Amino acid sequence: MSTATTRRQEATEAEVAKAIRKSGIQWRATIFHAALLLLLLTTLVILFVLLADIMINAWPTLRDRGTSFVTDGLSLNPETAGVFTGIMGSLVIAGIVVLLAFPIGLASAIYLEEYALDNRLSRFLDTTVRNLAGVPSIVYGLLGLAMFVPLVRTIGMGGATDGKNVIAAGITMSALVLPIVIITSSEAIRAVPNSIREAGYGVGATKWEVVRSHVLPSALPGILTGTVLTLARAIGETAPLLVIGVATGYFAPSGDATVFDQLTGSYTALPVVVFSWSRQTQAEFADTLAPAAIVVLLAVLFVLNGAAIWLRNRTENRW
Amino acid sequence: MTHQLTLADLAGNKKRRNRERRVKRVFVAAGFVSIAISVLIIVSLAGEAWTFISQVDLSDLWTVGWFPRRGLYDIPTLVIATTVIAGIGMLVAVPLGLGAAAYLAEYASPRARRWLKPTIEILAGIPSVVLGFWALTFISPEIVARFFSSAKPFTMMAAALGVGVLITPLVATVSEDAMRAVPIELREASYGLGADRSTTVRKVVFPAALSGIVASMILALSRAIGETMIVFMAAGAVGGALRTFNPLEPGQTMTAAVASLATGSDQVAGEGLAFQSLFFVGLLLFLITLALNSLSNRFVRKYRELY
Repeated sequence: MSTATTRRQEATEAEVAKAIRKSGIQWRATIFHAALLLLLLTTLVILFVLLADIMINAWPTLRDRGTSFVTDGLSLNPETAGVFTGIMGSLVIAGIVVLLAFPIGLASAIYLEEYALDNRLSRFLDTTVRNLAGVPSIVYGLLGLAMFVPLVRTIGMGGATDGKNVIAAGITMSALVLPIVIITSSEAIRAVPNSIREAGYGVGATKWEVVRSHVLPSALPGILTGTVLTLARAIGETAPLLVIGVATGYFAPSGDATVFDQLTGSYTALPVVVFSWSRQTQAEFADTLAPAAIVVLLAVLFVLNGAAIWLRNRTENRW
Repeated sequence: MTHQLTLADLAGNKKRRNRERRVKRVFVAAGFVSIAISVLIIVSLAGEAWTFISQVDLSDLWTVGWFPRRGLYDIPTLVIATTVIAGIGMLVAVPLGLGAAAYLAEYASPRARRWLKPTIEILAGIPSVVLGFWALTFISPEIVARFFSSAKPFTMMAAALGVGVLITPLVATVSEDAMRAVPIELREASYGLGADRSTTVRKVVFPAALSGIVASMILALSRAIGETMIVFMAAGAVGGALRTFNPLEPGQTMTAAVASLATGSDQVAGEGLAFQSLFFVGLLLFLITLALNSLSNRFVRKYRELY
């Protein structure tokens, strides 16, 4: 109390006026502002340098090879190697993810938001989903190696790779993205106002009827956006595939083998192609082909993310 | 026509009720899939991890380095490398991320925000294999070699810088959300007392958003620890690593050890307990990130509740 009194100055009118006008440069404020701006700009510069470096290295390959880079398969010869095998693998994995993770995740979200009572069990479920979303991707690879590869073997789809094929990869990636699908779908369903539901109940609809005819159509934009973003995530993952035995070297593309052989044989994915090319002893693979593959990968992700944003803007409900 | 309405009349026809019951059962089953997956993860890791820990010669757990195919399972090598890389990564990401977040939340005009925020999200969307490649081909020769002339082509420092770039957008977006969630009344009260913007940000907004900011940092740390591709590609030491604290040496984190064992020329058949050690390290990784994520969730709940 006494300290405040002794330190308090007599606030004369002149002093207050001077303090308010505050002429001159406010050093502390300016330095702080400049420092923050500098940090933000550094982040942007890093992003720019990253993209520029990749583009510069990728440009010769893309310019000389053009679309044949995308349609050619793996090859030991850097002149003819392309990312097609990787694109195919990624597409199959994405397809399996859409078939497995999307329905299960959506159903799980519907359960959590519509059917589950607010008790300890449902809070535990919520926590479990959040924890699963934070598990490192390589642990899902271990899960795939220990559980899904034998599973694929026992259902007879083991094939030449003894279970370490694209089917096991698809199941593993589905498990990986499942928590994200649940979280994004839950948020989309939660965003539907309760009045819509109450209106349905009010005319005598059952819970499933309300969900099917009112909640889901209203939540669909958010669910779709979440699915597209999840697919983008699934396509970029490499580590789990490494653990469950994706082919990281060259393997002969099975051009005219049966569908079964193609599904159960060696496979690769787009990010794995980047990884394996970066390790090749032949310099062209690491110096020019890998950056070009990265450009293809980034282009795919860019298209997916752009589609998600476009979807969100087009179909957003305004309540 | 004097039929009394009973509950049975309002119940609807049987087919509808049965369908409702069946549908509910499907959803309940779906709801518990995540618990099933959690259990599967724990079971698959714990099974082989137990085989490892019960059969391994305990002296092999404290040796010169991690060389699983030669029977040397020095866990501290991996933990130290993980800590060094995650630590340096956080040293990069926290200033960059928090600075960017503070600028975006407090200083940037709405027009600037409209293209700045998506740009940060682009950085967030870059897959780790791309950052690993860039760490290997750009950060290592251009930055690490230039500033630390003694550096080798594969160093933990190069990987750590790559990890830092990876987690910066995470720190930035979550911290920015936390700062924007601070009610405008608090800021206006500060301005009303005569403070300028820098004082308001430092003394009012930051403390108010602290739990969200801490949550972002824990999340980022957890992500840095769980990151595989960048360290696998840029930190070197694929076959095995010596225990070292020096970031200018190659090193192998827990995640890289798992990946390296899995992609070895003998495809996860190694001698002795190499296969099982994979799962032991995986279990360790799972438990550490689980603990960090639970901690982060607690902070997130705290900052969401406050407002």
